[in-house]
Order: sequence, then C-alpha cells, then structure tokens
Amino acid sequence: MVATFEPKKTYKVIGTRPIRHDGYDKVTGRALYGADLKLPGQVWGAVLRSPYAHANITRMDTSEAEKYPGVLAVVTAKDMPKAESKMVDLGEGTVNEKHEVDRIMASDKIVFRGQPVAAVAAVDRNTAEEAVKLIRVEYQPLQPVLTVEEAMAKGAPIILPDLVGDDLGEKVKKTNMAKHFRHEFGDVEKGFSQAKHIVERTFKMSMTHQGYIEPHNAVAMWDEDNRLRIWTGTQGAFAVRKQMAGILKLDESRVKVTPMEIGGGFGGKIPVYLEPIAALLSKKCRRPVKLVMERKAVFESTGPAPGGTLRVKVGVDASGKITAAASDMKLEAGGFPGSAVGAAAMCIYSPYNIPNTTIDGWDIVVNKPKSAPYRAPGAPQAHFAMESVIDELCEKGGWDPIDFRLKNSAKEGTRRGDGVKFGSIGNVDVLKAASRSPHWKSVLNKDTTDGKKRGRGIASGYWFNIGLKSAVTLSANNDGTVSLVEGSTDIGGSRASIAMQAAEVLGIPALDVRPTVADTEGVAYNDVTGGSRTTYATGFAAYEAAIKMVEELKARAARIWNQDPSDILFKDGVFSAKKDSELRLNFKELSKKLGETGGPVTVTGSVDLSTGGGAYGAHIVDVEVDTETGKVEILRYTIVQDVGKAIHPSYVEGQMQGGVVQGIGWALNEEYFMTKEGTMANSSFLDYRMPTTLDLPKIETVIVEVFNPGHPFGVRGVGEVPIAPPIAAIGNALHDALGVRLVETPFKPGRIMEALEAQSKAAAVKPKR
Amino acid sequence: MPVVFLPFNLRKYAGGARQVVVTGKTLGELIAAMETLYPGMSAHLLEEGRLRPGLVAVCGTTETRQGLRQQLDEDTEVHFIQAISGGA
Amino acid sequence: MVHVKTTINGQPAEFLVPAYLSLLDTIREVVGLTGAKEGCLDGNCGACTVILNGRIVDSCLVLGAEANGGEITTVEGLATPDALHPLQQAFLEEAALQCGICTPGFLVSAAALLKREPKANEQRIRHWLAGNLCRCTGYDKIVRAVIKAEDMSSQLSKSKAKVAAKPTAKSSASPKASSVRSSGRSGSGRK
Repeated sequence: MVATFEPKKTYKVIGTRPIRHDGYDKVTGRALYGADLKLPGQVWGAVLRSPYAHANITRMDTSEAEKYPGVLAVVTAKDMPKAESKMVDLGEGTVNEKHEVDRIMASDKIVFRGQPVAAVAAVDRNTAEEAVKLIRVEYQPLQPVLTVEEAMAKGAPIILPDLVGDDLGEKVKKTNMAKHFRHEFGDVEKGFSQAKHIVERTFKMSMTHQGYIEPHNAVAMWDEDNRLRIWTGTQGAFAVRKQMAGILKLDESRVKVTPMEIGGGFGGKIPVYLEPIAALLSKKCRRPVKLVMERKAVFESTGPAPGGTLRVKVGVDASGKITAAASDMKLEAGGFPGSAVGAAAMCIYSPYNIPNTTIDGWDIVVNKPKSAPYRAPGAPQAHFAMESVIDELCEKGGWDPIDFRLKNSAKEGTRRGDGVKFGSIGNVDVLKAASRSPHWKSVLNKDTTDGKKRGRGIASGYWFNIGLKSAVTLSANNDGTVSLVEGSTDIGGSRASIAMQAAEVLGIPALDVRPTVADTEGVAYNDVTGGSRTTYATGFAAYEAAIKMVEELKARAARIWNQDPSDILFKDGVFSAKKDSELRLNFKELSKKLGETGGPVTVTGSVDLSTGGGAYGAHIVDVEVDTETGKVEILRYTIVQDVGKAIHPSYVEGQMQGGVVQGIGWALNEEYFMTKEGTMANSSFLDYRMPTTLDLPKIETVIVEVFNPGHPFGVRGVGEVPIAPPIAAIGNALHDALGVRLVETPFKPGRIMEALEAQSKAAAVKPKR
Repeated sequence: MPVVFLPFNLRKYAGGARQVVVTGKTLGELIAAMETLYPGMSAHLLEEGRLRPGLVAVCGTTETRQGLRQQLDEDTEVHFIQAISGGA
Repeated sequence: MVHVKTTINGQPAEFLVPAYLSLLDTIREVVGLTGAKEGCLDGNCGACTVILNGRIVDSCLVLGAEANGGEITTVEGLATPDALHPLQQAFLEEAALQCGICTPGFLVSAAALLKREPKANEQRIRHWLAGNLCRCTGYDKIVRAVIKAEDMSSQLSKSKAKVAAKPTAKSSASPKASSVRSSGRSGSGRK
C-alpha cells in the first residue's frame, strides 16, 4: 500500500555541506524580502488597532482621515465581504469564517488588544500613519477575560456571543469554552492502584511569541480585471491564496501570490494578517499598497503560542514501570477558538509506553491575541508538564533518568495518547546516544565559591513530521545543470536540502541543481512550510521528479544511440548502453546532446504524503543559579535528536540549535506580561527579552539517524522537535540545583527567589528530628 | 474486519464501546456501516460527503491521504483524529 | 526637506530627505539600498545596523539628515566586485544564517568589530554582537563564523603582505571608531 524504502550505505551529495544556493543573495543584502519590494506606483498603508482587549465598537467615523491630504483609501470591516459563521478549511486547519474575518478587521466587537478596526492607504508611510490617527472610534469597554480559569468561571463575561462550544460532543452555548475532548485508553484507576509512586502537579504557562525578526508585511495589487496579486513573506503562498479567496470571496484562480524571502516564521506566518487589508485598500485606490507591521502590533496582534494550565498525574510501580497517566490541559486559544491543545494531547505521552491513560483537553477563548502555530505547537507545553513529573518520579524511586526513560520508552507499535500506534520511531536510539554523550558522561562540578548553585537536567520531547502535498518541476539545461522549481518557502536552507535530494538521484553536484521558489502560478499546489514537512515532503517530490528525469534521459540516450530504452543503464551519474560498452555519457555530456532528441526535458514530481514516524529528542542542560538574584545561566547544553537522515547536516544542526534557544527563552524570560486591562506590558524586543549571544554557551548537537522507511533517503522532520524538551530540561536542572520544583513559566529571577523563600520558610517550620 | 477506535465523543452511540468491529473494504464503506449500526455517528465524521474538515482518518499507523476511497486491510485499525497543524 | 551630501559604500550621494525620516528609511526608500532591514524601529533588534562615520548604529534611531557630511557603510558595501568579505564567505561556509533577515546586521556589526579587533575572542564577539537579535540560529554558527572570518582575514593579510611590497595603508582602525553603541542597544538593556 505504502512504498517503503531501505537505507543506502553511501551517498554522494546527501550528508555533505554545500553552500546554500540562496546564500550569496542573503549575505550581500541582495535578497528581496517582502518589505524590500517597491512596485511602480506603490503607496503605503497603515492600520488602526483597538486599544482595548474587550469592547464593543459603538461608533466609527472615518471622514477626517478621508479628507487628509495624500490619503487614497480608507477601509473598515464594512468593506470586507459578509462572512458566515461556518467552519472552513483555509489551508492550515479549519477556522470559523466569521471569526477569521473579524480577526483580520473587527466588525462590531473587539476580542483582543491590537485587533485591527480600520486602515488607510496614502502616498507615503508617514502620511498613512498620520491619517489613521484621525479615524474616530468609540468603544464600550468590557471586562477582559485573561486566563483559562477566569474564562471558565461561572458568570464569566462571554467573549464570543455566537460561539457554540463542544463539550465531549455536546453543544454548549454562552461559553468561552470552544472545545473539550478526551482520550481514554486502558483503565487508569486500576493503573494508579498498581503504582507505588504517584506524582501529580499543576503547571501554569504564559503565552510566548515566535519572535521572528521580520515583521509581517504585504503588498497587494487588485486590478480592474478583478485579479488580485499579493507579494508577502509567508510560510505558504498557496495557503495565503486559499485564505485570501475565502476571506475576500474570490475564486482562487483570481489570486496570485508571490512568496518573497521570509524573515522567520516558526508557524506564525501561516495565518494572513495584513494581506486582506492591503488588498481591500488596493481595490479602492487601484494602486499597489504596501503594509509593514510595527513590532508592537506583531506582539499584540499576531499569533503567540498558547499559555494555560496543565495538570499531570503519573504512577510508577516498584520496578520503575509507568502504570498510568492522567492529564488535563487547558490552553488559551486567544480571542478566537483554535489553540494547539489537540496536538499537545497527541504529544504528551509520546516518549513513553503507558498502558492506562486519559487526557482531557480544553480549548479556551480569552481576550488575548489569537494563538497561532509556534514550532511543534502544544508540545513544549505538554512536555514541560510531563517531563517535570517524570523527573520527580525518578527522584522518588531513585532511578537514573535515562534508564527510566529507556525502560518505559515508546517503540514501534506503542500507542500514543490519542490511541494511534507509532510506526518506526527512534526514541530508544536517542536515549542511548544521550547516555553515551560527552555531556552526560561528564561530572558537573557543583562546587562554587560564590554561593551560586549548579544543576543538571534532562528531558525528552516528540514531534510529528507532517506529510501533505508538494510538487516540484525539474528542467534539464543544456550545460548539464538542472532547474528546480518548487513552492515551499525557504525559511532556513530548504532550497539546498531539496535540491540535494534531486542531485543525489541525478548524480550531479548539489550546486548544479538550481532551485527557485515559484509563485502560485509557477508551480503546482504546495502545502505550507511547516510541520517539519519541507525537506521530507518537497524533498520527496524532488526525488520523484529526478527519478522521472533519469527515465526521460534514458529514452533520449536511447534515441541518440539508436538503442532500446530498456537497454540503457544509469549508474553513478553515467548513462550507458547495455549492449555496447563504448556508449557512455555522463549527465553533463548527455545534456549537451539533447538538442535534437525531442524538445526540452522537463518533468514533475508530485506527492501527497502521510505523516511520517515522527522524531524524538533528548536534551541535557547544566545551569548555574545566582541565589542572591535568581538569575539563571546556561552553562552547557546538548541536544540529541533523531533526524532520520541529515541531508545537509549544517542546517540540521542549525535547526536543532535554533529551536533550543527559543526553548531557553521560553523557559527563562519570555512571556506575555498582561496588565489587568489586557494590555501586553512588554510588547517590545527590549522588554520581551529574547536570548542574545550573551545569554548562551555553544550548543552541542548529537545527530542520531534512524532511517524513516517512508522516505527514499530516510528523512524525518527536524525543525520542531528541538523546542519540545528545553523548558522541562531547564526546570529539571533548576530542581537539581536548588531542590525546588518550578511549575510556572518563565523561570524568571523573581519567581526563582519566591520559590527559594518558600523553600526556606518550609524548612524553618519543619520540626527537627 | 477493521477495528474502529472510537473517539470519546462517539462512544455513546455504541453504548460506551471503545472499539467496534465493522465491515468495509474502503473507509467510505466502513463509515456507512458504522452509521447503519450506530445511527447518528456519521454526522460527526462526514460533511458534504467527505471527511469533515479538520478530521483525519488513520488506517494502521498512517493517516489516509485518499479520503473515503482509502482501501482498508483486513484487520487494520482505524482512528479518527484531529488534523495536526505545524509550525516550523 | 533637508539637503544631504554623504558617502555611501564609498560612492558620493546627494539627495533631499524629509527632516523626520530615519537613516534606515533614507537608505531604503531614498537611496534604494534594502540590505539594512526593519525589525523593530526601536533600536532593539539590530537588523538595520550600518556603520556611520566608523561607528555602528541602529539606522532606525538616526535621522537621515544626520548623514550629511558623513560616511555610511551598509551590507552592500562589504564585498568588493572581486570577492566577498571574509565574514560573508565564513557565514556561507559555516551555515551561519537561516532565514537571513538578521544577517546584514550581524555582518555589518561583525565587520566593525574585526576592523577594530581582528583577533577578538569568543566572549568578546558575543559581547559585541549582543545588540543583534537572531531568532533562527541560536547564534552558535554565527559566533563560529566570525571566528573563522578572523582566521581567514589573518591568512589573507599574511598572503597580501607577501605579495605586496608595502603594507596596505588602510589596515589600522578608523580614528573615529568607538565602541559606544547607540541608545537602546548598549549594555543596560541586555544583561
């Protein structure tokens, strides 16, 4: 039914580290990102946003802005096509169409601060920004609802009056609970009754932002023929096309999306924000309209990862076998439904084989920005809770944390939390590699002279690699190079990893395959760059196309040599005739002879793949805590991860390191610090405080390769796994250092000091024996 | 015959059963058979003659990419799960 | 409008610029060089870093008018027509970029460091680059690339010294150079 592949011992291109194809443009400043585009006649837009987190819009007057010199167009929600309250698939999960339209521009109600209410296009940026301030909006402020507990409390203000919640399959009205689901396997009560040690803890997490350096941007041109062109930094041009068509009620074929270079996304650049606004402005003034989001608005109104409350209870028997696990996860969706709680539930128990499990998940609407995917959505939250509890159990039972994880490890055939059986997975290999790593074998010197305390922690993490649709076109050039056209946004080196897979098949150097990321009319449909799917799925499409190209070139060689195509061999980059050993041409030589063999050689590869086996990581971290100030320093960090096969190891390492550092930020600093009015108080890079060069040591990487039989080269998704374990790993290290269990993120200095004070108070009241 | 692992929400239609054994050579046939045995169930699985948006069927260990036309192995297990949304 | 006469990447430039326009927007919108990027417009990300009169600045915090009579180097001015700057080459070889949006800022900052301190150690490099945010790489490969560029530069100057009869005149740091970074990105905000 599904093709399975075997690993090859040696590769010529795969596993090497060529310079990426788009590298020169990116180190010389020549690469064009969305904000760099300047079209003839282009004008600027600016967006007016709500200063309230929860309010009714009672009146709006745009007349002053319309009269302002230099203003070309003003739009409000009235200019948006009427949306129905129905579920639609807009390329990245399903959303309620009305919610989606209100998220782009509020019609009558504000559900998060920073929600757009109007926009202006003007001759230049300054004019647009001045004019937008002249729009008068009157609000009736409402009580903001800021936590899952507040939202679920009896008598809580209802954020979305039309929301129909789903409580285990029953419809609920007048609620902030969008969804409550349950997974239940085995007999949890019986499982807990067999346990010797049971640990149950509740964890709280704040929202965090993806933190891409490039703000959202869009240029739109809506012409007189009702054709809409969009240029934007996005993780998926086709997803933008689908969202635009759905929101603006256009046929998809009327929308052409050109993906510009993208300055980071991490999931946050899958939803559209500015694109529909730029389009409506352009429709009114018939000029290309550019919008670039200010950083404050990026924080206040674009997708954070959900915070929330998670409770985990795990039981272990005397032999160290996990007997049961139960968990509740209430995650913040933001102003509209759709948090990552579903994926969190699929990940939470993934490193383990647990016979009896329950998971309850709640998707809760609160007056905060609508959450969006953020690198392994839901997994960092789930693993923080689970891996902290596992650490505590290991301590109780006196088990080595790696031995314990190995003893309870998930393997092929183990069921994850939602009941689905794992295919081929590499958790055991990862744990064994972690135990052999220089870091784990080293002894952490805990003797400090300055009163600082040190500790070591370890945690596991899991994420899927999603499959879905990709298409690639290859064309042979007569100089022996090959043009590769793909539709996957290159967010971190995927042009190289995709081209290398084609080059491997064709037997030519990586740099002789020339990749281009095309617009939505230059290549067939491609799903988003997300879900760790790009190197896996688009690489698979490149592989398929390359196989076809080899077949086509065999036919051409047969024509040149007057042989039967079935008598042409292709090995190590050389075409030869079975019946005449004199007849040999390498790829380059043959390419030069294609002129009289029947037209240009062009082929396509097209795939629609199932989600692959997924991948595991184990992270080891040493921390040092200043007990006077509560400041935490990362002394050493090692990532061990199963990547299936590292196509370009440098960029694989880069993904691992980058994901970990985002996780370190999440653990130690980053949070949406909300005032009681629902304003994010730290909506600048200065105050949000992402890690800098000074906060980090070198990040050590151990690449484990457990072949994925669902991919010709064994690739597994790489990008997301590394953000799953760090919060728990650091929390466990802090426990090792201080003896306190931190149950709320971030582990900021004040919180650590509070925990230490509570610890010393508890010690003082304890009777001495 | 394929074994269907019922999502918690659908168990009430099958008298609380967690798994049901249902005939069907394809996923479409299987869901039709489930509806015959447990009326009301398919409304949670289908919309306009297709799998509901956001719902994924897993046959064996891999999700189907062929929708209701998916051929089912004799003793395969079938799960209906939420689609995963990615973020890297 | 303010009349500005300046030098950008070694070329004289003369233009009119609104008094309120930042140096970043001046370079991007008026001059038309888009290598310097907008990340935050409040001097916290360093994506817009350029060298102004020997100092690295966040060009979003400087007015375009302030460039009058000055000298500006942007990422576009690092390479010669014949060769990449050793930092650019090292960034490519070490895979020190992923999305690439922060790369121009890092390259310009690091170029200023290498000019002042050709053998800066890792800790010094980390200090110098703390005003540039990168969200993709975790900085590991960036720091390694800067160290590699230092080696490449010293190799290069050694081989040049062998070929040329006299040492190049430009090898010492500009007298205007200063380690003070413009407001918002110097010490206090970061660590």
